[in-house]
Amino acid sequence: MRQETERVEFTQEMKKDYTILVPNMLPVHFGFLLKVFEEYGYKLKILKNGGQAVVDAGLKYVHNDTCYPALLVIGQFMDALQSGEYDLQKTALLITQTGGGCRASNYIHLLRKALKKAGLDYIPVISLNLSGLEKNSGFQLTLPLLRKALAVLAYGDLLVLLHNQTMPYETEPGSSQRLMDRWIDRLTRQMSSGKGLSLKEVRANLNEISDDYAALPILPRRITKVGVVGEIYVKYSPLGNNNLEAFLHGQDCEVMVPGVIGFMLFKVDNRLEDIKLYGGSRAKYAVIDLLMQYLTRIESAVIHAARRHPRFVAPSAYQQVKKMVEPVIGYGCKMGEGWLLTAEMIELVESGYENIVCAQPFGCLPNHIVGKGMIRKIKNLYPQANIVPIDYDPGATRVNQENRIKLMLAVARETAPSEQKKPAEDAVPVQ
Amino acid sequence: MKDSVGLGKVKKMKIGLDVGSTTLKCVVLDEKENIVYQEYERHFSRITEKASGMLYRIAEQFPQTPRMQIAVSGSAGMGLAESLGLPFVQEVYATRVAVNRLLPGTDVVIELGGEDAKILFLQGGLEVRMNGSCAGGTGAFIDQMATLLNITPDEMNELAKDYEKIYTIASRCGVFAKSDIQPLLNQGARKSDISASIFAAVVNQTIAGLAQGRVIEGKVVYLGGPLTFLSELRAAFDRILGLTGICPDHSLYYVAMGAAMTPGSQQFDLAEAAEKIVRYTAKESYKSCQPLFRSQEEYDAFCARHAKDTVPQVDGADAREVYIGIDAGSTTVKAVVIDQDENIISSSYLPNAGNPVPLIRDFLTDFYRDHPHARVLSSASTGYGEEIIKNAFGVDFGLVETIAHYTAAEKFRPDVDFIIDIGGQDIKCFKIRNHVIDNIFLNEACSSGCGSFLQTFAGALGDSIADFAKRGIFADRPVDLGSRCTVFMNSSVKQAQKDGASVENISAGLSISVVKNALYKVIRAASADDLGEHIVVQGGTFLNDAVLRAFEQEIGREVVRPSISGLMGAYGAALFAKKHAKTQSSILTADQLKSFTHKVQAVTCRGCSNNCRLTINTFNDGRRFIGGNRCEKPLTNYTESERYSLYDYKRELLEGYRPQTGFRGKIGIPMGLNMFELLPFWHTFFTQLGFEVVTSPASNRKLYLKGQATIPSDTVCFPAKLMHGHIQSLLDAGVETIFYPCMSYNLDEGKGDNHYNCPVVAYYPEVIGANVAQIQQVRYISDYVGLHRRKDFPVHMHKILCKYFIDIGLKEVRAAANAAYAEYEAYLAKVRAKGEEYLALAREKNLPVILLAGRPYHLDPEVNHGIDTLICDLGAVVISEDAVSHLAEKFPTKVLNQWTYHSRLYAAAKLVGDWNDPRINLVQLVSFGCGVDAITTDEVRRILEEKNRIYTQIKIDEITNLGAVKIRLRSLFAALGLGKEAIQ
Repeated sequence: MRQETERVEFTQEMKKDYTILVPNMLPVHFGFLLKVFEEYGYKLKILKNGGQAVVDAGLKYVHNDTCYPALLVIGQFMDALQSGEYDLQKTALLITQTGGGCRASNYIHLLRKALKKAGLDYIPVISLNLSGLEKNSGFQLTLPLLRKALAVLAYGDLLVLLHNQTMPYETEPGSSQRLMDRWIDRLTRQMSSGKGLSLKEVRANLNEISDDYAALPILPRRITKVGVVGEIYVKYSPLGNNNLEAFLHGQDCEVMVPGVIGFMLFKVDNRLEDIKLYGGSRAKYAVIDLLMQYLTRIESAVIHAARRHPRFVAPSAYQQVKKMVEPVIGYGCKMGEGWLLTAEMIELVESGYENIVCAQPFGCLPNHIVGKGMIRKIKNLYPQANIVPIDYDPGATRVNQENRIKLMLAVARETAPSEQKKPAEDAVPVQ
Repeated sequence: MKDSVGLGKVKKMKIGLDVGSTTLKCVVLDEKENIVYQEYERHFSRITEKASGMLYRIAEQFPQTPRMQIAVSGSAGMGLAESLGLPFVQEVYATRVAVNRLLPGTDVVIELGGEDAKILFLQGGLEVRMNGSCAGGTGAFIDQMATLLNITPDEMNELAKDYEKIYTIASRCGVFAKSDIQPLLNQGARKSDISASIFAAVVNQTIAGLAQGRVIEGKVVYLGGPLTFLSELRAAFDRILGLTGICPDHSLYYVAMGAAMTPGSQQFDLAEAAEKIVRYTAKESYKSCQPLFRSQEEYDAFCARHAKDTVPQVDGADAREVYIGIDAGSTTVKAVVIDQDENIISSSYLPNAGNPVPLIRDFLTDFYRDHPHARVLSSASTGYGEEIIKNAFGVDFGLVETIAHYTAAEKFRPDVDFIIDIGGQDIKCFKIRNHVIDNIFLNEACSSGCGSFLQTFAGALGDSIADFAKRGIFADRPVDLGSRCTVFMNSSVKQAQKDGASVENISAGLSISVVKNALYKVIRAASADDLGEHIVVQGGTFLNDAVLRAFEQEIGREVVRPSISGLMGAYGAALFAKKHAKTQSSILTADQLKSFTHKVQAVTCRGCSNNCRLTINTFNDGRRFIGGNRCEKPLTNYTESERYSLYDYKRELLEGYRPQTGFRGKIGIPMGLNMFELLPFWHTFFTQLGFEVVTSPASNRKLYLKGQATIPSDTVCFPAKLMHGHIQSLLDAGVETIFYPCMSYNLDEGKGDNHYNCPVVAYYPEVIGANVAQIQQVRYISDYVGLHRRKDFPVHMHKILCKYFIDIGLKEVRAAANAAYAEYEAYLAKVRAKGEEYLALAREKNLPVILLAGRPYHLDPEVNHGIDTLICDLGAVVISEDAVSHLAEKFPTKVLNQWTYHSRLYAAAKLVGDWNDPRINLVQLVSFGCGVDAITTDEVRRILEEKNRIYTQIKIDEITNLGAVKIRLRSLFAALGLGKEAIQ
């Protein structure tokens, strides 16, 4: 195997008193995950540092042609480690490793290279993966931990979904955010006492969240609805996408960002698809299928909760989304976000979010295929689709990105059966 | 029709203000939307001043209407509008409004602006395309090219009228274009032809970058500055699109008019609005770096320190024995004459106005006149124009520029271990180990850290480069522009200006960014220790104190800048000439110079399929010099010498897979990407099944252009883009079944932890299926295939084939699969055997070997631009990574070794390290935009450097400047003392 001897392992010893730093991607979800890991004795800290210092650290320690997420994630780590805020002898880093054919599987190695360059290569780096890529005696994804970790993602997905669908319409400004904060607080407290983590408890909480959101007073008004898809990091991380959601909210849009459970389902399903397409062990298939079923139950809980109130647009089930994309791209297309990204665009269009920002790091390889590569075909099938691909990288300025999004919005507002349009002004008055 | 004034009502008038990246446009429309006032001017980034001026003038013009509707548009207008509370209309949207109103029935609008390029498809589903982060193919690009040619864009237009031929010029990025144009200029190509070629490049860029699969046809409208002012640019569009577009009246003002026409504008008091704009001082919210100098004293001390590094410049009017060094660089021509004591007695530093020959003729003439007693003992030339200067003037030696620079630097600091030279458009850095050039960094694909970068911005502000850089010396808060490509930098600067950065702070920021680019993009150093202890900086760009200071600040170390920083190449050449001096130089004498003439003629070489565009330079005595050739063929007395190239061998093998008539009809295979390796497999497989396997023809430029309109992502690698041309060729040939399968996995060669294909190779068939409309009309087989599971493959492949054919049995498929696997292995075995044969041969004949490592599809001459041949011409044997990778045992790498093709790279690097034979060296070919190679290049370098071997990387793209590649390779050979460079 690769470099097993040189790699600094995260040992049982370290588990006791090391702080594990985690890059930020999904602010809400990661907060919950932190709690789950705490229950199992890990001390995690989600990094909050951002800004140019992070970008600079990334540029300094990572090959500049590497994708932007790698640059930001590693930049965030390096910036944090050099801030003096942490006891470097008692700090470890956690990074995900998907193991797919995309460059992203190499982030961990790029991080180690960066650490070495900075003389910090004694710091252990933990790979968070479901593929058995790298193992650490002090960090083990046990089945109960994994189940809980996956379950709490449901909270994140639902809260973000309902908040996004409520906030632009709220009667009392800030009420939706306050509700979200209250729920985050409540759920965190539950989890601290070991509650709210079983699927049953998760279901109950989800339903209650849905009811609470449905009870918030809103104003009926029609605003532009925008969906966001993309490479997973720039899709979710405000650091990666220049605060895309906040910008869209500022432009008076409702924003829909498909949740992360779909992505998890996709990644698991890929293993099944591989066996279907190319052959493989039936036993392996059965095991993966079990995980698939568990995830589907979590997903159903979210959908079920959202469907309790007609006010909300519930996400489509994974299997349904998968069906939608069948005429467009093959299920074997699995690297990065794979066919799921294309499918999410279709699902958004079908559920009324015809205006879509497709966010990707500049030069993202899978996105050449599943993002930019499929827009033409989607437009052929859905002429109303109004998709703008936006590239993110350290050199792409906000002005350019926002300008392009504004164009998409201008088209959206014109083609939409807009009630805001005032015909009196449209025609040139001749008096 | 009633006259509103007559009714005593106040007229309703509308102002549209279009704040573009470089210009400001403004219209006033009356109630019937007639233009009653219009104004156009360059704003030189003084947007507020100019915009308020316009409003004041409008107010003066229409005293009876103090209130008007105002709407702002334009790429640089958003910030202004937001801060002032004026309505903003997105500019593409504005264009569309105006076109729909004024030119109904328009199908397509092509609008080029200062830094923007847009295409609007108005019919059949509105689609709007804007250039993304890339400013190639825009007005700024044309301006930049005009500057390079030392003419105005208008003159360029005039010249283009009588062009004779079109050269291929990349316009994706000004950087690439420059490196295409510079050699043309240096070889003496006609400016008319170059001008027309630049326009053609803009057209191709617009189509390739923006059309993205939609055909431009019907009623086409041209808008914006460049298309309004440049008739030949319009002609180029007409010619290439095969239609006649319209450039309407007021074509400059469509955005402004559209903004004014967009409903919802409010009424504003003009004087008040103008006042508000004047008072508008943008919030200073930009990111800044530390100042270059905090005080005059600090600056003085800095100047005093650097004043020490000088070469004595003596009068030398009566010097007897002298040596001449000439450095014909990309943007400047430098010449130096030294005496026996290596003092400079005469020097010249001139802009290379496209042709270095007359400059050198004048220099020599003047020198001979002023130094009547001087006798030239030896001379040498270097730089881009090395060859032509050498030939034109009978210069004794030509040397690669890296050696010239090192020779000069060593004179200043015998213990120099790192040299960085930042010139007009190139950065050269090299490490010196044991007095040998050890590691070379050249910017091949990017000029962001170079002087021309500063020059472009200086020019935009109407300054000379020196004055512009000087402005930044005492800037208090230099803009932090980061390190990025020039093209992107335009928008960063735009943003900084919007945020209120002063010219001083922008100037300092640019100087700092030049340095950061050089350090972090080209050299990719993490710290000063990565560079060296004794650093010599040189090149014209370092003559600017701001850049020098920024460099010292950034690396935290003091460096040596010779006073003749800009002349180092020429000085080095002179020193080289002196060192190798014979008794008498062959350089033209004063008398010979008097009758010297130089004529240039352009022709196309018909020697082979490359069809190189040659420039034939003829001198008075009948001597000729041919430039532009890729190989030695067009040169007189050329005889094909023996060439040992595995690239040739592999191409020959692949050509052997010919179509054989089969009862199941034709099946077409596009020859691109992984098909370069899998042809033996699929050819055998389908031939066995009774198909006639036809392949797409060899790639060439024409084939590429055929498919370019269907490329959806302009940042994907060139080999992938080329695939569109191959598919189109098959379609054009009437092939009714095309086989191009998706393959997540490649065959497992056991050298890595997994055996993936990269995402582009794996899934490009999906892109073809989704974007080449015509593919729907044929049977396109792009299913997911897993060759890595040999046992399962026949069953799954059989299932796939059953979807398309009714009569293929599993048994047949099994047999065909067995034959196919066997043929594939046989092919690899042949390649490997040939690899070993060549290695043995090289050892026996004592020839240098270049392991030219890349991907199977780098075999395509249209992709590798003949680099394999170039290496052979330099006297080396070329082998490929797949010919040797099997020799390496699996070994640990520091990256996830998960792609089959890339595992071979690591294995090849490992072997070169282990063999430790100085004659065998690895050169890695990297396609521009290949994301995976961002990882592999670092790893291959690491593997080699661990064993103290030199790593060389060559970036290739749609267009590649072979001149730069040659420098790199010659430097490598010179550093190793191998091949033809060894003679010197």
